[in-house]
Amino acid sequence: MSDERLKQVSAIRRAMIRPELGAICGTILVFVFFFMIAGDSGMFSPEGIQNWGVVSAQFAIIAVGACLLMIAGEFDLSVGSMIGFAGVVIAILSVQWGLPVWLSIISAFIICVALGALNGFLVIKTGLPSFIVTLAFLYILRGLTIWLSILTTRQTIIGGVKEVAQGDPLAWLFGGVILKDLFQWLGDIGVIDTFTRGSRMGQPVVEGVPMLVLWAFALIIFGHWLLTKTRFGNWIFASGGDAQAARYVGVPVNRVKILMFMFTAFCATVFATCQVMEFGSAAADRGLLKEFEAIICVVIGGALLTGGYGSVIGAALGALIFGVVQQGLFFAGAESSLFRVFLGGILIFAVIMNTYIRRMITGER
Amino acid sequence: MSTPLIEMDNIEKHFGPVIALGGVSFSVMEGECHCLLGDNGAGKSTFIKTMSGVHKPTKGVMRISGQDVVFDSPRDAMEAGIATVYQDLAMIPLMSVTRNFWMGREPRKSFGPFKWIDFKHANQVTMDEMSSMGINLREPEQAVGTLSGGERQTVAIARAVYFGAKVLILDEPTSALGVRQTSNVLATIDRVRKAGIGVIFITHNVRHAMAVGDRFTVLNRGQTHGTAKRGEIKPEELQDLMAGGQELAELEGSLGGTI
Ligand SMILES: Nc1ncnc2c1ncn2[C@@H]1O[C@H](COP(=O)(O)OP(=O)(O)OP(=O)(O)O)[C@@H](O)[C@H]1O
Ligand SMILES: [Mg+2]
Repeated sequence: MSDERLKQVSAIRRAMIRPELGAICGTILVFVFFFMIAGDSGMFSPEGIQNWGVVSAQFAIIAVGACLLMIAGEFDLSVGSMIGFAGVVIAILSVQWGLPVWLSIISAFIICVALGALNGFLVIKTGLPSFIVTLAFLYILRGLTIWLSILTTRQTIIGGVKEVAQGDPLAWLFGGVILKDLFQWLGDIGVIDTFTRGSRMGQPVVEGVPMLVLWAFALIIFGHWLLTKTRFGNWIFASGGDAQAARYVGVPVNRVKILMFMFTAFCATVFATCQVMEFGSAAADRGLLKEFEAIICVVIGGALLTGGYGSVIGAALGALIFGVVQQGLFFAGAESSLFRVFLGGILIFAVIMNTYIRRMITGER
Repeated sequence: MSTPLIEMDNIEKHFGPVIALGGVSFSVMEGECHCLLGDNGAGKSTFIKTMSGVHKPTKGVMRISGQDVVFDSPRDAMEAGIATVYQDLAMIPLMSVTRNFWMGREPRKSFGPFKWIDFKHANQVTMDEMSSMGINLREPEQAVGTLSGGERQTVAIARAVYFGAKVLILDEPTSALGVRQTSNVLATIDRVRKAGIGVIFITHNVRHAMAVGDRFTVLNRGQTHGTAKRGEIKPEELQDLMAGGQELAELEGSLGGTI
């Protein structure tokens, strides 16, 4: 028996109408735009790609955490402060206290993930909006970071991490590049330009794939798989969609939410560690405004601010849009303040489109 | 008479100074639809939340098939075969029918340490169960938000039945529905009852209760005035009881199986 009111859904429509459609269109639009205005500026040369690729990957790392947390129905505004805090913890432990770098990194992860759990625990126990609780942590962590840094070194920048990280068994996972041989070969056969002078003569201008980019891909794949394919992912949707309804059918909503706060903190720490390894230093003001940038990526990616709906792939595309626009305007030689105008425009465009798509999918009125 | 599937004996529930339930007794037999009626604030929701493990009774005993039980969580009640369909909390509209149907008990496949939802199986079962309830889904990935209110209730009922509920509690499943959707839900209740499941049907609509009920209990300000069998009580009498009953004294005589 078939219902006469059901129109046959075409395969194309079904493939098109998905949460990340707005972000896909945004991505295409942004790339077309920059091909036109900055196509010959070197933005799409291997070096240029590396430039905006790394920036996008940074956004993506924190966006994955923010995305899963937002779908679970919560926010974390302390991400930016957590980035600064994690970096300073690593630098103080390794440079000032002389602990091995691997131990410093592991300690930073443990401390930050525990702080994430504390965030979640407070939100669950007090029933306050996570917006407020994590806003408090935005200030607390930033203040602590500056205080700790000044207390131990009398300054807000702690350098010397690169030196102590030489040959460390864990540090390589967050800094440097892989596939060096492949890129050398690409340089040799002329696909990638090589340096023609100086100490790096003959080496390709792009050394390899930065570990940061690898982390971004790993987190995106993990987040997407977790969310769409696993039981836990179903519980993430349920916790954000309607926590009470989820509880009634036995979903451990509190556990899901606290774990998502911890995962967000984990992502922030990955970001911080990569940054410290790249710069060889930590600074107390790192990560400023990152929480908002992460939330913007997630919203461009089609997630619902109130939870229960969204896509990790969408958030990753949001991060790509963010990175390409930020670096692209620089390549195009445009006024850097225009970045914000452009970004605001894209945000509005994507959100309007996302709202329509979501209504189509979920039957919201 | 056989032992009831579930028996609530003199249940009291206090919220601080508020006595929401003041000694309510109630039972459901196999294949029976027992209607629980009452005005707003009578304590119906509180009563069934006690039954489904959301609240712990302040006093009183619960028995499942004659055995004393204490539920610490909704999960315990579910494992004992008690499924509850809440009126507005039955489903999560943003999520697909399949995801809703299996929520909390997703079927999984695994490879080494990796486990993931077996969507092929989940979708298939969902489609089959839905069509056996008379609902033809466009596709199992369809969001619940695109279903009508009656269809959502039916998905929730189908889910409970599929997961082996022995007792099905429905909290005002028809209160927000139109005529056609209501009759769909009532037909579903009838179907479920014939399969041997005990149904507890909460409503303030006497006509809906009369349409499917085998027994009727009226709650008023946390108290029951007894239980009547089908045919022993007229709709008008139920209505009066619900309203608080000025003619309560006369009516008590007509309540056959007074507890
Ligand atoms: N968690 C609670 N804390 C305090 N009082 C409560 C609580 N839950 C219910 N009550 C009180 O218990 C009484 C019974 O409420 P209940 O929700 O069970 O009524 P109901 O019969 O389901 O009404 P309705 O038909 O409106 O759904 C009400 O007076 C209500 O205010
Ligand atoms: Mg109620």
